[in-house]
Amino acid sequence: MQTALQFGPILIHLDLLLRGLAKSIQLAALSILFGTAIGVLGAVGRSFGPRLLSWPIACYVELIRNTPLLIQLYFVFFSLPLFGFKLSSNIAAVVALSIHLGAYATEILRAGIESIPEGQVEAAKSLGLGRYRIIRHVILVPAARAVYPSLSAQFILQIMGTSIVGAIAAEELTAVANNLVMQTFRSFEVYIIIAIIYFALVQAASLLFAGIGKLMFRWKQ
Amino acid sequence: MSLRDFGPNELMFLLLATRWTILLALIAFAGGGLIGLVVAAIRVAPARPLRWLAAGYIQFFMGTPILIQLFMAYYGSSFLGYRPDPWVAAAVTFSLNGGAFFGEIFRGAIEAIPKGQWEAATALGFRFTRTLRLVIIPQAVRLMLPPTVGFMVQIVKTTSIASLIGLTELARAATQVNTVTFQPVMVFGTVSLIYFALCWPLSLYAGYLERRFAAGTIRKVETPLVMSAV
Repeated sequence: MQTALQFGPILIHLDLLLRGLAKSIQLAALSILFGTAIGVLGAVGRSFGPRLLSWPIACYVELIRNTPLLIQLYFVFFSLPLFGFKLSSNIAAVVALSIHLGAYATEILRAGIESIPEGQVEAAKSLGLGRYRIIRHVILVPAARAVYPSLSAQFILQIMGTSIVGAIAAEELTAVANNLVMQTFRSFEVYIIIAIIYFALVQAASLLFAGIGKLMFRWKQ
Repeated sequence: MSLRDFGPNELMFLLLATRWTILLALIAFAGGGLIGLVVAAIRVAPARPLRWLAAGYIQFFMGTPILIQLFMAYYGSSFLGYRPDPWVAAAVTFSLNGGAFFGEIFRGAIEAIPKGQWEAATALGFRFTRTLRLVIIPQAVRLMLPPTVGFMVQIVKTTSIASLIGLTELARAATQVNTVTFQPVMVFGTVSLIYFALCWPLSLYAGYLERRFAAGTIRKVETPLVMSAV
């Protein structure tokens, strides 16, 4: 039994920790960007597209939401090279994370679209608005505002989800932690520090998303 | 170069490993559910320091990745002088983590019950635990049921990360089969279908419960993040 916690031997590797943190943020940011894009396309396709389009989207959403991210990650990382795509573990991670978030974003945004009362659309029609403008201004923007809290909660989960991509050797924060454990043999201290970093990251991201939400949806609060 | 092809033996190996995924999920569900009940009760209890303690617990388990919690339990406990069995580490971590989420689910349902019910019970001379047990929880159960079933899906999926501390459940069995067959599409496709077969019925049932109970609900329960991280 060790008697005292020693954080010194870990904190001298602060540069490694910060590099891991930067990588985690990068993975999270890219996958949130691509995942949201997939989500917007998916939700619009499912709600307004022909049945031939909405059915495959529904399958994608259900399949992704009912299988673990880790398996999706392995699938992408190990399979795509067979089809001639040479992937670094980072790119594989972004692809898997984006596909994962895309399914949740699709479902969240679709719920928002369905929450728009029929009367709003009818009112817009009677004012003579075209289909494109109705979808954009009368449905999508209010829908986005309605689901923004759920969507940003999912983004936060996505940030924490990046922790498992160390499993395919992407050099993010958790992978850095595991390397540090091997170097310093101070596992408890390493994971305490990593937990604190993730916790701070998550709190910072919450504040950021709340701020973005206030800015974006300022006109009607 | 593959050592052998993906055949009936490999499929059987995966199906047998599914047992451990199911067992771990059941342990996490039972452990998390029990802890969640206690945590939810504390969160609505009159004693303020206890409420803060429960809030801190929930903050930690919902605000850090579960993988870090798992590593902390498995590798970190060497600090206390021993290395637990992966099963113990996974069972403890998933129960504690689930307890935080269940705690928030149950609290949401409890707080959705109108204040008048508490006041009526107080007027009858009921104390806190008695009110909770006899008046509030029986009414809150139908509100907590849909998100609870929904969270079970999350639990089944999350057990996959126990593979990262060496527990041979479905996800780890998959990587083992992939290593010898080198047929990732086949292997991970099959494993995805197995997970899907476990999770989808639960998802459908949660959706059904939500629609069925939504009509008579007093007000919508604010459930916490019962979506997915892993």
